[in-house]
Amino acid sequence: MRKRAVGMAVGVSILAALVFYLQSNADEFTQEDLKRWEDQFMGVVSQGEKLFHSGDLGKNRVSCDQCHPNAANTHPETYPKFQKQLGKVVKQHEMINWCIQNPLEGDPLALDDPKLTAMEAYINHERRGVPMAPGKH
Amino acid sequence: MVRLNRRDFLKTTGAALLGSALPFGLVKVASGAKGPGQDFTFGYISDAHIQHLGGPNFVRNWDRGLIRSVQEANLLSPRPDFFFFGGDLAQLGTKEEIDHGLEIMSKLQGKVYYVMGEHDYYLDLGQYWESKLGPQYYSFDHKGVHFVVLNSILTYDKWTFRNWPTPMDRMLAMARLDNPDGSPFLVGEKQRGWLKKDLTKVDPNVPVIVCSHSPLQKIYQGWNFWTDDAEQVMELLKPFKKVTVIYGHVHQIQYQQIGNISLHAVMATAWPWPYPKTYTQAKTHLPVLTVPMNRADPFFERDATGWQFIDWKTGHADMHYHLPNNKDRSVAFNRKTGRPEDKAYQNPKKRIPPQIHF
Repeated sequence: MRKRAVGMAVGVSILAALVFYLQSNADEFTQEDLKRWEDQFMGVVSQGEKLFHSGDLGKNRVSCDQCHPNAANTHPETYPKFQKQLGKVVKQHEMINWCIQNPLEGDPLALDDPKLTAMEAYINHERRGVPMAPGKH
Repeated sequence: MVRLNRRDFLKTTGAALLGSALPFGLVKVASGAKGPGQDFTFGYISDAHIQHLGGPNFVRNWDRGLIRSVQEANLLSPRPDFFFFGGDLAQLGTKEEIDHGLEIMSKLQGKVYYVMGEHDYYLDLGQYWESKLGPQYYSFDHKGVHFVVLNSILTYDKWTFRNWPTPMDRMLAMARLDNPDGSPFLVGEKQRGWLKKDLTKVDPNVPVIVCSHSPLQKIYQGWNFWTDDAEQVMELLKPFKKVTVIYGHVHQIQYQQIGNISLHAVMATAWPWPYPKTYTQAKTHLPVLTVPMNRADPFFERDATGWQFIDWKTGHADMHYHLPNNKDRSVAFNRKTGRPEDKAYQNPKKRIPPQIHF
């Protein structure tokens, strides 16, 4: 019995060690990885910056930066928040689409549209470092 | 002597907009000016950014802003002696935009003096604008006040005359406010020389009003709220007892007192701009006296835009901002403190949430 128990304990330890090994292995990443991920992210930020300044999102050539230089006054850290004009709590992308439909007189972007991801990446990156403040006005 | 009360003026304007109470009786504006500078008022419209879309189409929103300000300014009573247009009539400096803007402005009843903005300039270096409106900088005297109009949106030749693929590329580069590849505004040596000469014939007791498009002070270079040779221009204005600088470009209320010089910004009719401090990635400052205007409501497209009416009640050029859908603001010279102050909100305790919130 005792032998069996010891054997089981050893077995569990080995298994635990193996799991730990595999996990820690999976979690390891290198400077190259970090650089690649950063480059991927900044590439999308850069696409967002272009869209933001392009006049291509809507239909009247108006661009986002005409009212929001450096994405200022977009305060992405406050979403979701109650938007009194819409009468409900909305997310950031709903306001982006509102701007595309109204001042830019265009069609809204689908939630999974890479353009919307790029816009959010640019806007949030310009606002980096500001504490989260959901709901704040 | 009847004092023109801002509220009365608005009441009549509001009534007139409803289609009644026309015409108004003449109300004499009281001037507190001692010595030179007689009673008079003038209007100031700026930053219309008329944007052409091809064919007969222009961006509706910007057209509406200018049309509305012209309509409202036409209801002013007593009639202002003249108007200024503070620059950026066009968005990309094309003939179509300048022509369309001037067509809307032609409905304004009264003489208009024009200031050059960078959006009017960087396509053809102001040629078409000049062919329609005359010299890019000039001065004139009116009822004891010396007015100077500067073209303050020039920049360094190495940027202006760099190897641009087309003139429109240069225009687009300057039109982008947050362009990291932009270039700071300049009045420039030639014009400063002209200004120096122009001012030699003016008595130091004569009030001087300088109208420029860019701020003749350094606020935030990242958005070109900045004139690189501002100090050198200021130096030329130092000998005068009473100087007011009025500038456009920033699309927001700003005011400041630097020595003998009061500075005021005017609103845009097109769209508002955020205060630079809302861009958290850059260190910046506002002119210290400035109480920010209310945060704009994007759902009302004329919000945080406007135009202004200027009187001499304090013996200084005092600004009355006419703001659709928003409380109007008056920034007047306070003789006790010797600086311009907001008549309602200068005291921090009097400020309201939309001025404090981002």
